[in-house]
Amino acid sequence: MGKIAKVSGPLIVADEMRGSQINEVVKVGDAGLLGEIIALKGDTASIQVYEDTSGLKPDDAVKLSGAPLQVELGPGLLGTVFDGIQRPLNAVKAASGAFIKRGIEVPSLDRKKKWDFKPAVKKGDVVEGGDVLGTVQEYNITHRVLVPPKMAKGKVESIESGAFTVDDDIAVIGGVKVQMMQKWSVRVARPYKEKKPFTLPLVTGKRIIDTFFPVAKGGTSAIPGPFGSGKTVNQQDLAKYADAEIIVYIGCGERGNEMTEVLAEFPHLIDPSTGKPLMERTVLIANTSNMPVAAREASIYTGITIAEYFRDMGYSVALMADSTSRWAEALREISGRLEEMPGEEGYPAYLGRKLAEFYERGGRIACLGSQEREGAITVVGAVSPPGGDISEPVSQGTLRITKVFWCLDSSLSRRRHYPAINWLKSYSLYHDDLEDWFEKNVSADFPQQRKKAMELLQKEEELQNIVQLIGPDALPEKERLILEAAKMIREDFLQQNSFEETDCYTTPKKQYLMLKAILHYYDKAISALAADVPFESIVNAKEKEQISQLKRVPEKEIEAKVNGIIKSLDAALSR
Amino acid sequence: MIKEYQTVREVFGPLVFVEGVDGAAYNEIVNITLPDGEKKMGQVLETRKGLAVIQVFGTTTGLDTKKTRVRFTGEMLRLPVSDEMLGRVFNGTGQPIDNGPPIVSSEKLEIIGAAINPVARAQPRDFIQTGISTIDATNTLVRGQKLPIFSTAGLPHNEMAVQIARQAAVRGSGEEFVVVFAAMGITHAEANFFMRNLEETGALQRSVMFLNLANDPSIERLVTPKLALTAAEYLAFEKGMQVLVILTDMTNYCDSLREISAARQEVPGRRGFPGYMYTDLASIYERAGVIQGRKGTVTQFPILTMPEEDITHPIPDLTGYITEGQIVLSRELHRKNIYPCVDVLPSLSRLMQLGIGDKRTRDDHSGVASQLYAGYAEGRDLRNLVAVVGEEALSERDKKFLAFADSFEKRFVNQGAYENRTIENSLELGWELLSALPEGELKRVKPEFIKKYGAKYRDGNAKGAAK
Repeated sequence: MGKIAKVSGPLIVADEMRGSQINEVVKVGDAGLLGEIIALKGDTASIQVYEDTSGLKPDDAVKLSGAPLQVELGPGLLGTVFDGIQRPLNAVKAASGAFIKRGIEVPSLDRKKKWDFKPAVKKGDVVEGGDVLGTVQEYNITHRVLVPPKMAKGKVESIESGAFTVDDDIAVIGGVKVQMMQKWSVRVARPYKEKKPFTLPLVTGKRIIDTFFPVAKGGTSAIPGPFGSGKTVNQQDLAKYADAEIIVYIGCGERGNEMTEVLAEFPHLIDPSTGKPLMERTVLIANTSNMPVAAREASIYTGITIAEYFRDMGYSVALMADSTSRWAEALREISGRLEEMPGEEGYPAYLGRKLAEFYERGGRIACLGSQEREGAITVVGAVSPPGGDISEPVSQGTLRITKVFWCLDSSLSRRRHYPAINWLKSYSLYHDDLEDWFEKNVSADFPQQRKKAMELLQKEEELQNIVQLIGPDALPEKERLILEAAKMIREDFLQQNSFEETDCYTTPKKQYLMLKAILHYYDKAISALAADVPFESIVNAKEKEQISQLKRVPEKEIEAKVNGIIKSLDAALSR
Repeated sequence: MIKEYQTVREVFGPLVFVEGVDGAAYNEIVNITLPDGEKKMGQVLETRKGLAVIQVFGTTTGLDTKKTRVRFTGEMLRLPVSDEMLGRVFNGTGQPIDNGPPIVSSEKLEIIGAAINPVARAQPRDFIQTGISTIDATNTLVRGQKLPIFSTAGLPHNEMAVQIARQAAVRGSGEEFVVVFAAMGITHAEANFFMRNLEETGALQRSVMFLNLANDPSIERLVTPKLALTAAEYLAFEKGMQVLVILTDMTNYCDSLREISAARQEVPGRRGFPGYMYTDLASIYERAGVIQGRKGTVTQFPILTMPEEDITHPIPDLTGYITEGQIVLSRELHRKNIYPCVDVLPSLSRLMQLGIGDKRTRDDHSGVASQLYAGYAEGRDLRNLVAVVGEEALSERDKKFLAFADSFEKRFVNQGAYENRTIENSLELGWELLSALPEGELKRVKPEFIKKYGAKYRDGNAKGAAK
């Protein structure tokens, strides 16, 4: 047991701490505030405290726990809201009311609730770390109870089915009692067999993402953008519609009302693939901006460890971190209080390494164990660069690792072009990996169509420079058609309203057809121009209006509608 | 146990270092007695064995290292609260300055508020009608939101804040807002302006004022908003009142934060502001909201002046990342004699979608707002083009958009300081202005709404518009 020597904000220094370990969890003061040792020097330890340190004073006691910061993994995670150090906020509310008081201790997983456990192996079977021991039905998800990853190969000496709490013994393997709940240190990545190449897209229903800048299942993506450009709306939309089986959403240093929005909406929103409420496949980590800064640092690790746990069961997990900048700022604050030598803009020199370590915990993997199973974690990190200027260290450190860049642009959001993702600055490095999937599952000419549309947008940008100087009427008619077509792509395809019931989600097939209609108009318009059809009647074709309404056409009618438009265009612009 | 020391070792700017201290608690309040008997208040910023670093509220003039006595109270800073605070005026540290009696109450709340548990929050969705079209129609405010005004020196942000305080009402509820006003480093004239205006409308009786003026000690400013929000939370969540908090000017608050940080020789972040400014500002702005099962709400209207009109400056930047939108004032519109000079393009209300639509405002609200934005943005772009090629070079369609941008500013944005428009007035005005654009260009509104609301203003139906 040690004693406090110094208190400065969320950082305390304690004496008489010999024998303690780095990352060990401690309890500080009479209130037993949770903290973690982050530096050791001789007898003294620097400790980041996960709660407000007001009232702590020198000579207050510091108690060692002997264990690093851990999360509890087992049935009961889904549908729950945790804070940055995995305290379930509903239990915290029951203990302390509407405001979060200090020093509240509640178990992460409910110890009283019983789960119906069905064994998947029987007595005498030989199992190893990562094997499925049995299952528990949690909402619509089959929660696979795994042999703890570090456990050596052993014979199942006994295993029982029935209703158990998370810390009841359910089996004995090689003389060791096993429970449904595992504990895992948040700062250590959970092991897997091997990483696998990317072949599947994470379908999001967002046209600009799926068609132009797709992210692979197991891939990484960054959304940097100034405030008001729609980072959070985009993140929440992904959490709603992405075709992942499990969603881990980390609200890291963000607004309380935003978490409330998620909490209010998700239980009512229906997962299109299962027909069940979205909340039932979601784990939320909420560390709002006014909650203690050290817990914000931990929240990212808490989230990714939970994601890894579901990945190990063989699920495709999507993890949204909003926002990694707030996490980096927490690092900076702690680093400053430790009086470390600052790197760029006051951030610690190890910022880049920490970012890389975090994103590398994503990926598509072959799960541990004797059975063939694969899981994936797709990581989508929001970045909040000061002033929207992405030359700052967090954005740059993130872009070096992530393979998709969705560039949010405040000039787009100002004209209410949502999602405000800039189509010329964004990129995806997964196009080659995913081409096969799109060709097989959507249409053989999907990639060509995308490239063609992109060329038009690129060309529009060049022409806009000229238009700015001489006005649109001075351009040749052929080039004015490019402007027309690009405008249609922007307004009738890229713009998508998250708040409108049909427009909020578009399947890849519908995306393909919508773009096809626009490009067909362009092709027909070019050939009509060559055939001396008057320019005015080309640009005023009534089919354009119909194309602009395609967003609101329901999925099952879209094919007929697009075919109708194509036919009608063929007739109208043939001469 | 109260301990008193006479061991000041160093006085450095607003900081006092006291030696030989035995166990001072972090954030504890201290009372300092100067050699001439004057008393000051301070707060422990850092504590270690044998040493406490104290920030002094007020000037350190007269402090010495020999006779000054420092008493550690063992208490955090607390504010006595009761509903008798209504109608009262306090200074920046919570002492009454209106010659009234001190607030006597058994309830004394710590001014560092605990965070509201996110699962205990309720979604803010009650539409507040401010009577200002650019807020109600295009940047809708809801109860429990924090919506700052980004202004610059010389713009009428105070007039606008007062207009909002005067007119704000939740429709149909009949409830009036209680105003909690925190002034940080503003001038006497500005403070008087607020008091006079609130008095005229009788709103002063339902206001609580905390005034730290420009000539008051700058370090005091660091506690002023926390006192105000403690009072606001008490009135809202304990007494069930609808509270509107006006914080002005947050730029002065941030400057004080920087002053303390510099005195402590911390590693500075952007423009010398401390790296923890985001967290610090969040501890203020996040104290707004609605709590499940409680009747009262806290809605925040922070005002800040952007240095050099730069929205990327750390103060507006970090504020924008925490608050739920922003109302941006524009000097250009002010010069055109438009009041309130709200530039709607960079303005935003994030909670707007929750508070509008059928049964809340009107079913066409979302579409109209979006269409007005899009039309105005296009018109503004065309102005740049006109500057180069002249208006003659524009197509007929473009000329209409150009004219729309002008009428939008002159009729929609512009209104009187005492003009209280209902949301229906604002939306109808929107439709009337939109009627100047070709119907095929109105892609943001559903066709059925054009029929239902817009048609009467369109060609051939000009008579309908007379209404």
